[in-house]
Amino acid sequence: MNLVNTSVPKVDSMALVTGKPVYTDDLAPKDCLIVKVLRSPHAHAKIRKIETERALKVPGIECVLTHEDCSDKRFTMAGQTYPEPSPYDRRILDDRVRFVGDAVAVIAGVSEKAVAKAMKLVKVDYEVLEPVLDFRKAKDHEILVHPEENWKALCEVGADNKRNLCARSETQEGDIDQVLKDCKYYVEETYHTKANQQAMMENFCTFTHMDAYGRLNVVSSTQVTFHVRRILSNALDIPKSKIRVVKPRIGGGFGAKQTVVTEVYPALVTMKTGKPAKIVYTREESFIASSPRHEMEITVRIGADENGIIKGIDVYTLSNTGAYGEHGPTTVGLSGHKSIPLYGKAEAFRFAYDVVYTNVMSAGAYRGYGATQGIFAVESAVNELAHKMGMDPVKLKELNMVKKGQKMPAYYGETATSCALDKCVERVKEMISWDEKYPRKDMGNGKVRGVGLALAMQGSGISNVDTAAVTIKVNDDGFYSLIIGASDMGTGCDTILAQMAADCLDCDMDQIIVHGVDTDVSPYDTGSYASSTTYVTGMAVVKTCEVLKEKILKKGAQYLSCPPEEAEFDGKRVFHPESGKEISLKDIGNQVMCGNEEALQASESHYSPTSPPPFMAGAAEVEVDLETGAVELIDFAAVVDCGTVINPNLAKVQTEGGIAQGIGMALYEEILYNEKGKTSANSFMQYKIPTRQDIGNIRIEFQSSYEPTGPFGAKSIGEIVINTPSPAIAEAVYNASGVRVRELPITAEKIYMGMKEK
Amino acid sequence: MEVKFQLNGKPAAADIEPDCMLLDLLRDMRCYSVKRGCDTTNCGLCTVLVNGKPSLSCAMPAARAEGKEIITLEGLQEEAVVFGRFLAKEGAEQCGYCSPGFIMNVIAMMRELKDPSIEEIKEYLAGNLCRCSGYEGQMRAIRNYMKEKGAQ
Repeated sequence: MNLVNTSVPKVDSMALVTGKPVYTDDLAPKDCLIVKVLRSPHAHAKIRKIETERALKVPGIECVLTHEDCSDKRFTMAGQTYPEPSPYDRRILDDRVRFVGDAVAVIAGVSEKAVAKAMKLVKVDYEVLEPVLDFRKAKDHEILVHPEENWKALCEVGADNKRNLCARSETQEGDIDQVLKDCKYYVEETYHTKANQQAMMENFCTFTHMDAYGRLNVVSSTQVTFHVRRILSNALDIPKSKIRVVKPRIGGGFGAKQTVVTEVYPALVTMKTGKPAKIVYTREESFIASSPRHEMEITVRIGADENGIIKGIDVYTLSNTGAYGEHGPTTVGLSGHKSIPLYGKAEAFRFAYDVVYTNVMSAGAYRGYGATQGIFAVESAVNELAHKMGMDPVKLKELNMVKKGQKMPAYYGETATSCALDKCVERVKEMISWDEKYPRKDMGNGKVRGVGLALAMQGSGISNVDTAAVTIKVNDDGFYSLIIGASDMGTGCDTILAQMAADCLDCDMDQIIVHGVDTDVSPYDTGSYASSTTYVTGMAVVKTCEVLKEKILKKGAQYLSCPPEEAEFDGKRVFHPESGKEISLKDIGNQVMCGNEEALQASESHYSPTSPPPFMAGAAEVEVDLETGAVELIDFAAVVDCGTVINPNLAKVQTEGGIAQGIGMALYEEILYNEKGKTSANSFMQYKIPTRQDIGNIRIEFQSSYEPTGPFGAKSIGEIVINTPSPAIAEAVYNASGVRVRELPITAEKIYMGMKEK
Repeated sequence: MEVKFQLNGKPAAADIEPDCMLLDLLRDMRCYSVKRGCDTTNCGLCTVLVNGKPSLSCAMPAARAEGKEIITLEGLQEEAVVFGRFLAKEGAEQCGYCSPGFIMNVIAMMRELKDPSIEEIKEYLAGNLCRCSGYEGQMRAIRNYMKEKGAQ
C-alpha cells in the first residue's frame, strides 16, 4: 500500500486550474436551440388557456411547448433507485401550477434574445387558487396540492395525496413514554431548521441532441447519470434504450444535482424538433425553481436518570417537501435514524414523522439529507438537558455517546463496527481548549465569548440498495482503463478510486486512466449521493482488481507456458520463480491484441448490507455583542472518524467545505417566502452564503478507525461534515449570551430579542 | 457595432449588439475559462483583467472594451499552471468552477500588493465565492505560493 492515505492531486486538477472547457455549457454545440422556461407568478393556480401564437411569430422561435405537448403520466425527478420512494407526482408541464416559479411553458429559439422576447408574448389565463403555505397546517388541509387521480406512490411510505401527505411513519422500541416518565431530568423542545440552497457555483444546465442512431443524447451536470436516463424515459414516455446520458466535469452538486432539475426541458425540445437544445439556468432560476433542503420542525423529548444516563429519546419530525415529493419520504428518515443512535445507552426510543406537501418550491437532496436537521435538534436537546442537570454538556455526551461494538437499535439494528467518536471528542476538546473556555469568557468590552460542541454521524451508502460496478481493462502497453459510473462532481472520486486501483494493482497513478460517466459505456452505478462512492464504489474497485489480477496472472502464465499456480504477478510482470521466465505487463497488453479469445478485463459489482456511520465532533467558539446580539464565529475545530482516509488533502477540503456550508446554514442562510408564497431569496444579494471573511478559522483533524467492510478500511466523508456547525454554534451562543436559539439561522435579531426578554 | 481590443496579447475585433456584456463576448470568442455564476456581480467567477485591473466581465458592456487590453486565464496559462499547482497540491480546486476567476484575482493581487497580510488577502479576494472548499485550502495554497515566491 503506498498511494492510499496519501494526498495525490486530483487527476483532473490541471485542466480545472487552467480554465479548460470541460463543463456542460463549455461543451454544448454552438448552434443549440436556447431553451427557457416560462414560470408561474402564482403559488397555486389552474391553467385555463395558454396563447402561443404571437410568441411563435417572433423571428428565430422554434417552438413553444405547453402541458398539451407532454405525456400525462406522472413521474418523480428524484434521482433514486427504482422503485423510487418519492411519489410520482409531476409532469414536465402540467395544467396546474403549484409554486411561484413552477414551469408553465417551454420556449426554444435560436438566441437568448428571441426567446426572451417570445416569453413576454405568451399569454396565460390562470384560475388563481388559494395556496397552502403554512406547513404546520398542511396535513388534512381542505386545499390539496395534488388532487389529481393519477398521482401514485410506488413504495409504502405512508403517502396520501388526499391528505397532503408525502410520507408518514412511526417506529418505536421499548416503552418510551414510561421510560421518559421515570427520568429524573427531562427536556421537551421544538427546533426549526429552514430550507437552504446548495448554491453550487455551476448553475443547473443540460444540453441534448439526437445521435446517428436516432437516440436522444443528454449531456448534463448531474450526480445521478443512470437515474437521469430512467427519469427522462418516464417523463418523455420513451424507452430507456432510446436515451444516452453523459456526465462531463461538474461544478459542484451537494445533492442539488441528485434531482433532475433541468434535463427534461431541452430533452422535450430535442424530441419535438430533432434539433440540439440547451438550457442553462440563471442564478435566479437556480434559487427559485430547484431542490433545496427540506425545512423541518423537530420536537425532541429526552430524559436522563440521576447519574446522567440518557434513558430515552423521542423525535417527531414535520418535514416540508413543498410542491413535489422529491426525496421527501427518505430525507425525513435520517432526521431520526442518524441522530438518535448517537446516544448508545437509551433504553427506548420513538421516531415518528409527517412529510407534507405545500405550495412552495419542491425540496430535494442537500448534503446531510435530513441528518443535518435531526442532529441540530437532538444535539441541542442534549445540550439543554445537560444545562438542566447542571452538568457540562460534553460530560453528558461522553457518558452516553455510542461506542465501538455497540448495537444501534435506532440505526436499523446495525452494530458500530468501527467508531472512534470518543477519540474525536477528546481531541476536539483539546483543540478548542474546552476545559479552559467553557462556558464563557467576558472580553470586558461588552462582548462575551462562548464555546459549544456537537456530535454527528451519517451513513456510508444506502444499505442493501446502493449498487456500484466498475470495469477495468488492460490496454496495449499495459496501461489500465478504470471505467466507473460514479459521478465525480468535484469531490475527487475519479482520483481516489484510481488511488485504490493503483494500490490493488501495484502500479503508479499514471498507469490508470479514469472514464466516467456515460450510460452507454460505464458499468451501472447508482450515482454519487448518500455518501456512497468511497465506500460502495471503492469496494467494487477492490473486487474488480482482484479478479483482473487473476486474469493477468493466468494470461501471463499461458504466454510463459507455465501453470498459473506457480506464477506470480507483481504489478509490472508475470514471472515464474522456478524457471526465472517472465513477461512484462506491457508485453501481455500488446500480445492480447493479437490472436486472443478472452478480453483482458474485469467488471465486478458491489453493494453493502450495512451502512457504517462515520462519526465526528465539532466545536465552535463565538463572540456575542451583548449590545446588539451580533455574533461572530471566532474558531471552529472538528475531528472526523471516516475510517481510513484515502486522500488526506481531499478529505480535509471536503471537511472544511462542509463546515463552511454548515456555518452558512447556522448563521446566515434561509429561503424566506412572503404571504403570497414568493421568495425574496433569489440571488446572492438576498441569499448570503459565507465569504472567506465570514467563517473565522476552520481547523480539522482525523481520528481514524478501521471499518472492516470498507475498501482499505474506509467509510464516507462527504455529508457528515455539514452536521455539527448548527448545534455547536447554537450552544456556543447560549453559553455566551444565555439565549437558546431553536430556529435557524441564528441571527443577531433573535439573540438580541432573547436577551431583551430575559 | 464593432469593437476592437487586445485579447490575450493579440488584436481582436467583434461585431456586437450594444447590450452585449463582455462575459458573453469572451465566451463567444472561445475564452471558456470565463464563467457565469450569478446575475448580480456577487460571485467573482467572471473575473478578467482589463488594462491590468481585475474586473467583473458580467457587469462590463463589451463596447467598453474598445481600445483596451483584456486578459483572461487563457492568456495567463503559465502563471495559472504555477499557482494552480499549489491549489491542486491542497486539493482545494475541488469542482474547479470558481478556479479561473479566483486565480485571475490572485494573480492580480500578487501584482498589486507587496507581501499582503492574511487580512488583506481575505479582503482582496472577498468577492470570489467558493462553495466547495471553505476557503481554508485556497488560503494554504496562497501562503505556500507566496512563500516560494519570496524565497526566489
